[in-house]
Amino acid sequence: MPGKPKLYYFNGRGKMESVRWLLAAAGVEFEEEFLETREQYEKLLQDGSLLFQQVPMVEIDGMKMVQTRAILSYIAAKYNLYGKDLKERALIDMYVGGTDDLMGFILMFPFLSAEDKEKQRAFIVQKATSRYFPVYEKVLKDHGHNFLVGNNFSWADVHLLEAILMVEEKKSDVLSGFPQLQAFKARISSIPTIKKFLEPGSQRKPVPDDKYVETVRRVLRMYYDVKAN
Amino acid sequence: DGVLMFQQVPLVEIDGMKMVQTRAILSYIAGKYNLYGNDLKERALIDMYVEGITDLMQMILVFPFSPPEAKEKNLDSIKERAANRYFPVFEKVLKEHDRDFLVGNKFSWADVQLIEAILAVEEKIPTVLSGFPQLQAFKIRMSNMPTIKKFLQPGSPRKPPPDECYIETVLKILKI
Repeated sequence: MPGKPKLYYFNGRGKMESVRWLLAAAGVEFEEEFLETREQYEKLLQDGSLLFQQVPMVEIDGMKMVQTRAILSYIAAKYNLYGKDLKERALIDMYVGGTDDLMGFILMFPFLSAEDKEKQRAFIVQKATSRYFPVYEKVLKDHGHNFLVGNNFSWADVHLLEAILMVEEKKSDVLSGFPQLQAFKARISSIPTIKKFLEPGSQRKPVPDDKYVETVRRVLRMYYDVKAN
Repeated sequence: DGVLMFQQVPLVEIDGMKMVQTRAILSYIAGKYNLYGNDLKERALIDMYVEGITDLMQMILVFPFSPPEAKEKNLDSIKERAANRYFPVFEKVLKEHDRDFLVGNKFSWADVQLIEAILAVEEKIPTVLSGFPQLQAFKIRMSNMPTIKKFLQPGSPRKPPPDECYIETVLKILKI
């Protein structure tokens, strides 16, 4: 009997959070090993577990998968969250590409200086409201369905909800002006697996704090300054 | 015209779609033309390899736009990453399964991405494949495949290394 997927990453969001979201949305239980020390990381390297010497790494179905996008694509396809044909997959890939770019601006946020944080916050909100949110607002308005693609729950919906919540953490009223997205957020949040993931006690990680930043820097020996966009 | 979904290029009109997001475009083409493996697990391997190579290519992509004083450092980074992180992985994959192609003994997107990357890095660091005999053989094999061979010949749509004119054009049009 295959075991549960096992996630190797820091005890925090970073690039692994989207994987947690997708597994949770699919109703798949998973285990986690948190990197806290340099020694743990070096052991993974020495064991040859990290194909390109990087985390995220997910043990799943006998594979040690790396590269977030590859991991997410595999999970989406395995659990039928990737559309029903090539064209739906193309749409999902495009939409996920957009939300990935948007969440990418937030990924480095905790590593910025206080001054750069303010600049980056404004940048994130500006991009969200002028480039990304209008796209999904229009998609939902034009077809009037509950989900982004093919009238079926997919990876694109999970990823968009994740992005919306992350941007709202930076500016709580960012969805004003996007009525479709407000309704979308309420709808997707009440899907049972997602609702469960949004409750306290789930494996969803909180907004990264200084302790998280310190751990990442220590484990990866990543001491250089990170710049804002 | 509302043609650029996220206000960005690349844009590819294909099969009635106006596709954006490079990864999405490449995945669609690979899926459509049977260059994406036989099953989910082969697709997973191809995705992992392609993503790794893309990280390396990203360094080359941004290189022309880096300021002159940073160029030498960036070149060293490309060399270091290629020689220590990426090329050893594919050298090992090819050595261990001893087949012509990276995944499933069949030509795939991963092979195309790798030959593109090898040639791009060699343009910056001509000796980069020394110490990688499998990759040297791979490079020759891929270059001799009829469709790739044709693409490598003068007159194909393949573009040359970016020059000053290219950089200027990009900066001007995107107002960076």
